[in-house]
Amino acid sequence: MNDMTPTREQREAKLEGMGCKRKRVEDIRFTQGRGNYVDDLKLPGMLHGDFVRSPHAHARVKSINGDEALKVPGVLAVITAETLKTVNLAWMPTLAGDVQMVLADGKVLFQNQEVAFVVATDRYAADDGINKVVVEYEPLPPLIDPFKAMDKDAPVLREDLAGKMTGAHGPRKHHNHIFEWTVGDKDLTDAAFKKADVTIKEMLSYHRTHPSPLETCQCVCSFDKIKGELSIWGTFQAPHVIRTVVALIAKIPEHKIHVISPDIGGGFGNKVGAYPGYICAAVASIVTGKPVKWVEDRIENLTATSFARDYHMTTEIAATKEGKVTGLRVHVLADHGAFDACADPSKWPAGFFNIVTGSYDFPTAHLSVDGVYTTKAPGGVAYRCSFRVTEAAYCIERGMDILAQKLGMDPAELRLKNFIKAEQFPYHSALGWEYDSGDYHTAMRKMMETVDYAGLRKEQAEKRAAFKRGETREIMGLGVSFFTEIVGAGPSKNCDILGIAMFDSCEIRMHPTGAGIARVGSKSQGQGHETTWAQIIATEIGIPADDIMIEEGNTDTAPYGLGTYGSRSTPVAGAAIAMAARKIKAKAQMIAAYKLEVHEGDLEWDIDGFRVKGLPEKSMSMKDICWAAYNSVPPGMEPGLEAVSYYDPPNMTYPFGAYICVMNIDVDTGVYKVRRFYALDDCGTRINPMIIEGQVHGGLTEAFAIAMGQEIRYDDDGNVVTGSFMDFFMPTAVETPHWETDFTVTPSPHHPIGAKGVGESPNVGGVPAFSNAVNDAFSFLGSTHIQMPHDFWRNWKAAKNLGVFA
Amino acid sequence: MIPGPFSYHRPATVADAVKLLSSLGEEARPLAGGHSLVPMMKLRLATPEHLVDLHGVAALKGISRSGNAIVIGAMATQHELLASDEIGQSLPILHEIALLIADPQVRYRGTIGGNVANGDPGNDMPALMMTLGASYRLEGASGARDVAATEFYQGAYFTALEPGELLTSISVPVPPAGHGYAYEKLKRKVGDYATAAAAVVLTMADGKVATCAIGLTNLSETPLLATDAAKAVIGTSLDPATLKKAAEAAVAIMSPAADARGPVEYRKHVGGIMVMRALSRAAACAK
Repeated sequence: MNDMTPTREQREAKLEGMGCKRKRVEDIRFTQGRGNYVDDLKLPGMLHGDFVRSPHAHARVKSINGDEALKVPGVLAVITAETLKTVNLAWMPTLAGDVQMVLADGKVLFQNQEVAFVVATDRYAADDGINKVVVEYEPLPPLIDPFKAMDKDAPVLREDLAGKMTGAHGPRKHHNHIFEWTVGDKDLTDAAFKKADVTIKEMLSYHRTHPSPLETCQCVCSFDKIKGELSIWGTFQAPHVIRTVVALIAKIPEHKIHVISPDIGGGFGNKVGAYPGYICAAVASIVTGKPVKWVEDRIENLTATSFARDYHMTTEIAATKEGKVTGLRVHVLADHGAFDACADPSKWPAGFFNIVTGSYDFPTAHLSVDGVYTTKAPGGVAYRCSFRVTEAAYCIERGMDILAQKLGMDPAELRLKNFIKAEQFPYHSALGWEYDSGDYHTAMRKMMETVDYAGLRKEQAEKRAAFKRGETREIMGLGVSFFTEIVGAGPSKNCDILGIAMFDSCEIRMHPTGAGIARVGSKSQGQGHETTWAQIIATEIGIPADDIMIEEGNTDTAPYGLGTYGSRSTPVAGAAIAMAARKIKAKAQMIAAYKLEVHEGDLEWDIDGFRVKGLPEKSMSMKDICWAAYNSVPPGMEPGLEAVSYYDPPNMTYPFGAYICVMNIDVDTGVYKVRRFYALDDCGTRINPMIIEGQVHGGLTEAFAIAMGQEIRYDDDGNVVTGSFMDFFMPTAVETPHWETDFTVTPSPHHPIGAKGVGESPNVGGVPAFSNAVNDAFSFLGSTHIQMPHDFWRNWKAAKNLGVFA
Repeated sequence: MIPGPFSYHRPATVADAVKLLSSLGEEARPLAGGHSLVPMMKLRLATPEHLVDLHGVAALKGISRSGNAIVIGAMATQHELLASDEIGQSLPILHEIALLIADPQVRYRGTIGGNVANGDPGNDMPALMMTLGASYRLEGASGARDVAATEFYQGAYFTALEPGELLTSISVPVPPAGHGYAYEKLKRKVGDYATAAAAVVLTMADGKVATCAIGLTNLSETPLLATDAAKAVIGTSLDPATLKKAAEAAVAIMSPAADARGPVEYRKHVGGIMVMRALSRAAACAK
């Protein structure tokens, strides 16, 4: 061998495969302003649509008059529910089995609800037109407090449901009731509480907030009357699902619908559902024969498209006096707004909230969820989390801290005492899940050692004493959070969307020169799929990641997939990619055996090709095999080197992590300072450590925002009071704390490459860490629970209520 | 978020600008940095038919010393204030406050004239101008007049400006060498208006406060000069009891609105704390 022969390490490095901190290939265009987003699209003759929206939270719409608007130069049409009724589209189905008004049909049910759609030759004319549409309203009483939704005299919101006392998820108890969902063994759980030495009960509210991606929701619809084809470019996290939904509701054959998601500027769940803007733009294009663009502004995005959370969780834990948990009972009051437009797998009205037993070995548990209507915007999406998992993690992680306080135990010690043990996996939880793998004790102890947990508790004790002596006005809190996520929806046995199983897919085509393209059913909104998907293929088939192009988002070319949300891309699409790559590799092995004149079984894989066992100099690189696939395949074999895989996961994956937040709070102003935040994540096999770190930073920043101030709040009249970035807390780099990241690796046993998904873990685990820190800081003053968000004035109010200013 | 139609004018002189504003009447608005007006137009809460852009008026730019005062052209940007050595030496508190206004992009565009003339109670500069005893030059069809900052603010977005009048410059008396200063601003995040803020300019003699002025931002419909609070600290060494007394006097004149920054009670409470902290920090840096 001469000096030019690359070493094994050099060959491996050249691939930039799994485990490599490969730089994000998409950033080359994003950092140079060369991304291609929906609003960049300009088609010849394109029109613009915009909405007349309701100023009222609840009102009867007595009349809509567009005559004056039509006189505005450039305004071509004013579309109302009456117009949509002619094509049977005044209402649309939601992902949760409910129906939703596309445009106000007789009444409005939340502020900024879509009332009419004005179509014009440009954005300015459309807005001028909106201001000329005259809508006559008769105000009706708003319903803001979900706890009053099922009062006897509560206003009737959904007149369309009159007499229908059964919904998509069973019986309805009241005219504003949507569903009741129960899981677990009630009798066993009741018995556990009867026998318990210690119990806690607390109502934990997780306030309404919003994913607020940088790019708002938008689309361009173009109907070709000659071909009868509808093209839709949109900010869709799940483009194939949108295509199927359009086919079902617009009665256009599915092959004549082309849905394209170009670059997307963040989704976080906000871009999963279907919105009135999409329907109206499509109808407007069909009516006018021209392309129609609809682009939401920030206020519209925050106030009308899908919110997140709004779960009010009455949480009870039973335990022995030694601190062993014996039962969990949770009742959730879920505020869904005016329509149930939750984006959950169809059979799961409260998502996977039954992961609420968390990381702990609860012998029994019982959960019930009541969904109710209020006069607020619809939604209930998974804002950077799997379905309702952030709510569940908050519920159990606050609950464990409250229990620790009651027992007089350290919260970390209580957790260590109750963790599911490594040898118990696969673990069957009391509420029906099979956890795939975990090593909670190792992760927790690593966190505690790294931050010197004992030292921090000692410092806190000293600070508390100093506070009581009047020497400081600062209090200190330690927020421990140990979360278990459930991601990768999901197995066809329990997950579907509108009847379509939640598999995902990949198609790989290797070209003769050893480069190739992979098309995937997922859709990146910033996650970096173009980088990481190629890394999986690189490791699997020995072709450098740089030689693999990744394409997503075009429903005409990509295989059918269920899209990207709920940390499902790596668990499901990532598995499909590995499986498709393995099909390529299997065929490549046959070709190599033929070319090397040996039996297939005599070959072994060696980084970037096959070699003959025992004769390492006799080998064939994958690159050469690609060439051979197009000119000298074995007799009887089809030429070419392509593969498709549709992957139906056998189980969910269960990432976990140990987080801690160290915080000081000035009681005089309520101003907090995050002194330290340490996040240990275990997402199984790590594909790209740099991207994981970026994901954790982003998710923690969102968690920080949510816990410390980000909310969608309504006043008593149903007006949104946090409808712009002036009041909706969107932290900048200045407010954002420094993040320390760490990891352990416990691969998923059922996933082809052992990966579990990570994008949402930091939001799931981060929120309870912040909230526990605030609550821990105040606990020595006699407080049990302070509701989020923990913004300055509420911290001050908490201090005041605890008598700090007496 | 799309403004309605308007006509655009770009005069080259103050005289032309004033002429345009008086002849076009109430439907005309001067445009400086646009950070207040343009968002209002995008929400169609403001629908002026004419915008008179002042960026072409060279005479409105510049920062100069005139006797014992610094004269700042209304169209000087926050960035230009920060870049000025004259301001840095004579009015260091102006640098401190300009740096608290949003971010560099906003400061490149936002002007001091727009900041003080709009009458927005959330703006930081008006309370400071009252604290420093500044006066504004207003020019209209009938000539020029000077109005003290303390006389200028009449209510939220209501000022002494008459229709057709333009604020053209600000004259700030230079505080004595060795003065102490501080601006304490509690805000939720970068770029936010103050939940409560206090500006203090004082001089010390023999360890005791010799002169003092205190201004308050966003704690009423207009910026406030906390005269009683300032009086309470004269002749003292700012001991805890005096600080408390000054805070109480300042709180007594506050009448903030409840908003997402907090209820009235909270905003007044932290307003008092901002006064105490600003007094202590100003005294610490006085020579």
